[in-house]
Amino acid sequence: MKLQVTNSPFTQEQADLLNRLLPTFSESQKVWLSGYLAASQHVSVPGASEAAEVQFPSEQTISKEVTILYGSQTGNAQGVAETGGKMLEGRGFQVNVLSMNDFKPNQIKKIQNLLIVVSTHGEGDPPDNALSFHEFLHGKRAPKLEELRFSVLSLGDSSYEHFCQTGKEFDQALEELGGTRLYPRVDCDLDYDEPAAEWFEGVLGGLNEPQRGNAAPSQATVPQTGETEYSRTNPFHAEILETINLNGRGSNKETTHLELSLEESGLTFEPGDSLGIYPENDPSLVELLLEEMNWDPEEIVTVNKQGDVRSLKEALISSFEITVLTKPLLEKAAHLSENKELRELLSPGSEERLKEYLEGRDLLDLLRDFGPWGVSPQEFISILRKMPARLYSIASSLSANPDEVHLTIGALRYESHGRERKGVCSILCAERLQPGDTLPVFIQHNQNFKLPKNPDTPIIMVGPGTGIAPFRSFLQEREEMGAEGKSWLFFGDQHFVSDFLYQTEWQKWLKNGVLTKMDVAFSRDTSEKIYVQHRMLEHSKELFEWLQEGAVFYVCGDEKKMAHDVHSTLLEIIEKEGNMSREKAEDYLAGMQQQKRYQRDVY
Amino acid sequence: MVNRILKAPDGPPSDVERIKEESNYLRGTLAESMLEPISSGIPDDDNRLMKHHGSYLQDNRDLRNERQKKKLEPAYQFMLRLRLPGGVATPAQWLVMDELARKNGNGTLKLTTRMTFQMHGILKWNMKKTIQEIHASLLDTIAACGDVNRNVMCNPNPYQSEIHSEVYEWSKRLSDYLLPRTRAYHELWLDEEKVAATPEVEEVEPMYGPLYLPRKFKIGIAVPPSNDIDVFSQDLGFIAIIEDGKLVGFNVAIGGGMGMSHGDKTTYPQLARVIGFCRPDQILDLAEKVITIQRDYGNRSKRKNARFKYTVDRLGLETVKAELENRLGWSLEVEKPFHFNDNGDRYGWVQGVQGNWHYTLFIEGGRIADFDNYKLKTGLREIAKIHTGDFRLTANQNLIIANISSEKKKEISELMEHYGLTDGKHHSALRRSSMACVALPTCGLAMAEAERYLPVLIDKIEAIVDENGLRNEEITIRMTGCPNGCARHALGEIGFIGKAPGKYNMYLGAAFDGSRLSKMYRENIGEEEILSELRVLLSSYAKDRQEGEHFGDFVIRTGVVKEVTDGTNFHD
Repeated sequence: MKLQVTNSPFTQEQADLLNRLLPTFSESQKVWLSGYLAASQHVSVPGASEAAEVQFPSEQTISKEVTILYGSQTGNAQGVAETGGKMLEGRGFQVNVLSMNDFKPNQIKKIQNLLIVVSTHGEGDPPDNALSFHEFLHGKRAPKLEELRFSVLSLGDSSYEHFCQTGKEFDQALEELGGTRLYPRVDCDLDYDEPAAEWFEGVLGGLNEPQRGNAAPSQATVPQTGETEYSRTNPFHAEILETINLNGRGSNKETTHLELSLEESGLTFEPGDSLGIYPENDPSLVELLLEEMNWDPEEIVTVNKQGDVRSLKEALISSFEITVLTKPLLEKAAHLSENKELRELLSPGSEERLKEYLEGRDLLDLLRDFGPWGVSPQEFISILRKMPARLYSIASSLSANPDEVHLTIGALRYESHGRERKGVCSILCAERLQPGDTLPVFIQHNQNFKLPKNPDTPIIMVGPGTGIAPFRSFLQEREEMGAEGKSWLFFGDQHFVSDFLYQTEWQKWLKNGVLTKMDVAFSRDTSEKIYVQHRMLEHSKELFEWLQEGAVFYVCGDEKKMAHDVHSTLLEIIEKEGNMSREKAEDYLAGMQQQKRYQRDVY
Repeated sequence: MVNRILKAPDGPPSDVERIKEESNYLRGTLAESMLEPISSGIPDDDNRLMKHHGSYLQDNRDLRNERQKKKLEPAYQFMLRLRLPGGVATPAQWLVMDELARKNGNGTLKLTTRMTFQMHGILKWNMKKTIQEIHASLLDTIAACGDVNRNVMCNPNPYQSEIHSEVYEWSKRLSDYLLPRTRAYHELWLDEEKVAATPEVEEVEPMYGPLYLPRKFKIGIAVPPSNDIDVFSQDLGFIAIIEDGKLVGFNVAIGGGMGMSHGDKTTYPQLARVIGFCRPDQILDLAEKVITIQRDYGNRSKRKNARFKYTVDRLGLETVKAELENRLGWSLEVEKPFHFNDNGDRYGWVQGVQGNWHYTLFIEGGRIADFDNYKLKTGLREIAKIHTGDFRLTANQNLIIANISSEKKKEISELMEHYGLTDGKHHSALRRSSMACVALPTCGLAMAEAERYLPVLIDKIEAIVDENGLRNEEITIRMTGCPNGCARHALGEIGFIGKAPGKYNMYLGAAFDGSRLSKMYRENIGEEEILSELRVLLSSYAKDRQEGEHFGDFVIRTGVVKEVTDGTNFHD
């Protein structure tokens, strides 16, 4: 329900703010907030005019928190950052010194005092561990930083043409994003110790000056698009922010990591939910269809009952399904062709042959195999199915990445009946989409795949291949919540070197404790094929202990091959470690299912 | 007592000293790190220790940024370097190396500038098996890197066979005598059971002690008139003295080393200086005492200034000599006269005194691989299958097929011809006098290309050489990707040190026999400038050189660069 002045005690401004804020909350955050508000009722409720200032303190304050980000190739910048950080700590500041790589760029809005110590590498390039942050600040996702105070120390070697180039670029980017300099940038040559120390002294002076109050906190402007409710039937056209092929060189696979913007859509989701996408067909396949039938691509056709019209080519690309054959479709097609073979295929007794024919063939095969077709394009497309949406488990958390949704999509390519076939949506994402393009999307909520309400509950996640997607969302969410519960992830794919999806993210979470344990199985790295269920068995005792402690067990991914094996392995573990009969073990698992402690998102 | 006067530099110990101290004699947490399944890398601390086991973690830098975008960790892989005193390997050992490179490495072998094999691209999970197979072939990787005595070099000169085999034996004895004694290597890689009771500290590493050396330590033995092993680049160099066809002993030179850091004038390349003469049976004792001086007085605070050369220069050559004689309890004799002709290799066929044949192959960049039109690796494998002599890796990254019996000579010649293996005579003498370190993409220190780029650069320099009629003029040319100097750039008549992708510092004026350092001529220049400088220099060399004058001497005589008389004035 949207809050309005008419259905709540709030002013328009408050309602707008709340409407903007509430959808971003996870369930647990909402619970926490209601408790917090209830408990603090004896405190006077801030007046409406102050509401905005809660976010933007306008008093003359000296923030004692300082973040120092370094980008270092050889360790010099890191050393300078750490030494300077200690000095500032000695002067009473709370200092957080981080490699730019370990810093989540979207946290930058939360920072008031930012110090950058960065070297320049090669021909004016940022050091490796500064690359992504550098790119972020120069990219379209860089936020406005009007609240930020900053200063830059650049290290370099003046014998190079682009002396301290990276430091200069950071300095300029932060200024352009609205930040205020605490102290002017200093560019150091090889003998950097003294100028670096002077810079820190200068910065210290700057930090001790009262923060420039943002006199008129910018009125929180609320997008006026709130009226439109996007849904399955009215999909939101989400802009692509990024597409990355997650697989390294030499891989047999191509897995697209897709980041979409939900800005101004009002769409919200929780970890475990899916995103629906209405894809477009491959234009080259449509081309072949048009050629086969000798149809005019520009002929105008009606595509739905509402009477919407578009060109035939457009209609075949975006309105209809052309890659899957069904019995009803063949039956309808049989009325449009004189072909005897088609009739025979549909006659009683040919069911097996029909089934075989339908598998791995598409509309182009049908048109080629069973002509001649004496029909108009309009007649023909009226027998086709509407383009169905594809659902993908969401791979991000809204609280970790506000206004964004991420997906993990495995490209599907195979050869069948002498022609290369391509997954409609996966290949669209892998081959044709560019940042800036849009995709029609909607949220598909899934109440059967949810993090436990209690953040202390242990979770076990099994997600080989693209089945990993929702667990990235889970861990992002748990990190944001500060959840304390243990977590254990099983992942598998073909090769360690090229197919370890989101490897650096799991490594980071293992390091900071958001992820407790991880086991991996790479089936093609060893002579015997090792899969996730084998890793589960290797740890059967511990796994059962986790279950006994109340852990929730999640499985996501391929149903036929993987989820089935994981299920029977889970039974085997319960049987063995719990000293149970097969029947008892099945009861145990059924009990887990009833308590929502065994959840699956399989396809 | 001399000991009271001498002091190691002040300052807190460097981080590596802490790592060694906490490592329990080079074990650290390597056993666990090598099994950790989520990363194919290992933590930095363990990597520091790993070096002492002959290996370190690298990554394919060509892929670094691409993989970071893909949320994949760097393409971590291990470099594995063998201990191969004197550079001698049997055909059976050659075949093992060939197979391991194919099976567990990146398919190629690198012959290093210190006469040993290096393999790249080994994944963490394959390291143990690889080391075990090397061990089974009676080789090992102990102390091939790290703060210990490194691979002992020795002139592989096959034509003075008797002297060579004697000198080679000494290099092996030195190598064995100076090995670390910890059992860490055997426990970690060869599954040796741990000894239950920890022996007393002194018993574990009687010479090195628990902290090992402040930095690496290099020893080489030259047999005049060839200085192919660049004896003056060694921390401790021995110059064989031959009288009446017999080895009478060695001149001893101390305090050489190539490495330096850009922009830090407290670092510089330096040449070892001869301090006297000793008998062959004295060199183990002597090497041990030199090493203990460095152990006790080397700089453990700043690794950049930790090599023995800085210890010698800080304490003074005479002081170090006195301290050495004090520790030895005997005095060095006066140095004997010697003469070096050059620091390169002699290519092609040569017959040794015992009638066996030797063939020195030109191996560009020391890289043994199968190239598109040149199946070098396959050819050598086929030769190794029938060869009854041995293989010798030279200090200039070339390969000698040595001790070919007269019966096998025809067969091996035919194989060489079939696979196009040659002495490189069809190349310019300049190319055959070239040397490059590995650099990109695997070396973590490299600032610019070396091995992949030098051949391309030489293609262009050869055009200039030809224009000036210098095709048969041997001019040593060396390129390293960083100032650490694996290719001994400071002893090349033309030397390059990488500064940034495509940019090099250019050095000139080293002596052809490796007895004088080069001087910086141009800083931070690209290919175009390199070529235009060389065009001017080589054409004036062709016109104005004196009879028999080498390029390195010419540029000094004509004042192109100032002569470097000592490493301490390298930067002046």
